[in-house]
Amino acid sequence: MSTDTLDYKVVGDRTDNGLFPPSRVMLDLKNLKKVYPTPKGDYVVLEDLNLQIMKEEFVTIIGHSGCGKTTMLSMIAGLNNITDGYISVLGKHVKGPGPDRGVIFQAPSLMPWMTSLQNVLLGVNQVFPHATRAQRNDIAKYYLQKVGLEDAFHKKASELSQGMQQRVGIARAFAIKPKVLLLDEPFGMLDSLTRGELQDILIEIWNKEKITAVMITHDVDEAIFLADRVVMMTSGPSAKIGDVLEVDFERPRTRKTVLEHEDYYKYRKHLIDFLEH
Amino acid sequence: MKQSITLNKVSKFVGLGFISTLKSLFTGKLDKEDFKDFLRKTVVPLTSIVLFIGLWHVGAKTLYNIEADYKINKAMEEQGQAAADEMAACIASGDISCQPNTLPSPAQVWDSYKTLLADHKAISADKAAFKEKTAALNAKRIAEGKAPITYTGRPSFVDQIITSLKTVFAGFLLALFIAVPIGIVIGLSKTLRSSFNWLIQIFKPVSPVVWLLLVFMIVKTMTKDSNSDSAFIISFISVGLCAMWATLVNTAMGVSTVDKDYINVAKVLKLGPIQKVFKVILPSSLPLIFTGLRITLSVAWMVLIAIELLAQNPGLGLFVWEEFQNGANDSNSKIIVAMFVIGIIGFLLDRIMLTIQNMVSFNKNAQ
Repeated sequence: MSTDTLDYKVVGDRTDNGLFPPSRVMLDLKNLKKVYPTPKGDYVVLEDLNLQIMKEEFVTIIGHSGCGKTTMLSMIAGLNNITDGYISVLGKHVKGPGPDRGVIFQAPSLMPWMTSLQNVLLGVNQVFPHATRAQRNDIAKYYLQKVGLEDAFHKKASELSQGMQQRVGIARAFAIKPKVLLLDEPFGMLDSLTRGELQDILIEIWNKEKITAVMITHDVDEAIFLADRVVMMTSGPSAKIGDVLEVDFERPRTRKTVLEHEDYYKYRKHLIDFLEH
Repeated sequence: MKQSITLNKVSKFVGLGFISTLKSLFTGKLDKEDFKDFLRKTVVPLTSIVLFIGLWHVGAKTLYNIEADYKINKAMEEQGQAAADEMAACIASGDISCQPNTLPSPAQVWDSYKTLLADHKAISADKAAFKEKTAALNAKRIAEGKAPITYTGRPSFVDQIITSLKTVFAGFLLALFIAVPIGIVIGLSKTLRSSFNWLIQIFKPVSPVVWLLLVFMIVKTMTKDSNSDSAFIISFISVGLCAMWATLVNTAMGVSTVDKDYINVAKVLKLGPIQKVFKVILPSSLPLIFTGLRITLSVAWMVLIAIELLAQNPGLGLFVWEEFQNGANDSNSKIIVAMFVIGIIGFLLDRIMLTIQNMVSFNKNAQ
């Protein structure tokens, strides 16, 4: 499949060339290329990758392991250099990492010697340096409550279970009020029950905050449940966007309504067909 | 949730787990599993101690007999049967003048231990008496602006232990204040790490004796005009220099190998360099730093004895050396007493460091 034959529905507010009007674009990836030099010559991970993500949109990215999804996400985060092309957030080119792009990593990546509150405060203090101590505490506590950790403010991160740690990770990312939220398979290491719980928590906070979100996942059901659009990447080398699926479910969604929706299996089949292609 | 501190937890924490088993033995709460545990943790070590002392006793006895036979034979060859009989009688009577000089038996060592304690009590009493006697005079001298008269008598065994502990503590602090900051700086910068690496690799294996000589060259000149205690200064600096390498290497390694996830978090949150070092890098390398400090302390205690012996610092090392030179009847057993004291103190120091290490580090897996 090539980029010319995108078979997703073109929604009404797009311009003639299929792009979004600039005023609605939050994140713009243009002709993005990533090359890793190896002893055997250059290895092209991503090439000619174009993707626009609208404000307040939730996009999930699905693709085979090693296709370059994480590379793309860490380039958006500014943790990985761009070989060619550009990434812009609200029209401004990304030069390095910054708190306008919050990241939830695959591993919770909490500082194990800090309490959950301190972990969230680490970011909050950085982003709101002029707020009073009490205000910053309130922000951190608010988000920890939102992820259901009101009883664990002062527990060390190392004493929390994986699922609880990832909850803190979610709170930490939302608490710095980023423009874009980047999620790198945040629930990949959790058991399916905990994963469902955390998806619910994530979508609940997201419904409230409406932060533009880009999430990598391997889980087809997760991709459909959370996303406005599911972006499918072709397998590497030289990976690009293979297909985009618009998920046209009402928000707020519940797992039950999504699973019972008549289009659900159509979407699911579409994704699986792509992945098995 | 508040954690309750129980004897069980505390004793496990400091690595003396058998205490809690002993406790359940006395309180009568002991099931089969506990009993096995008790056997493994208490009876087996005790048996091995008894066995060790037994072997030691037999070995010492054998060496004593070899030495005694040699003495008798020598008397026979040089002066004839009468002298040999006399020598045998003399050895059997336990007379000090003709005792074979060899490995002392456990009983002799125990006696020497008691002698040393009694000696310490006598010296302490002497000191107290001296203090009392000179109290009035010293008060007067201080009032007049003169230095007070101090006790200059021979130090007791306990005094020597205290001197050694002081020296090793000063050396340890010196190592800490040199090695940790340098280790952090080196760990942070790849360039510095590669430019200092040769220095570390070359100086790390240098013997304590050579360090002592180097320090001696420098300190001797620097303290020429002052009344400071140069033996002490030389010993603690040498101890610090010998022992600091483990901390230096471990700190640099800990700082340079911080989990990439933490660094990414710091990057995404745009933490400044100072915040990054103090909030992320240092806390995450604390376990390795403390592993280094623990090695440093045990190395410091180990080299201390050799260094004190050479620097004439009045501690355990000098005690051992003087007893060896002294050659009195109970010198050998006093040396063995010192050996045990050194070993036990080294063990306790290590346990203290382990406890601190467990307290500060976030992964409680250190052994």
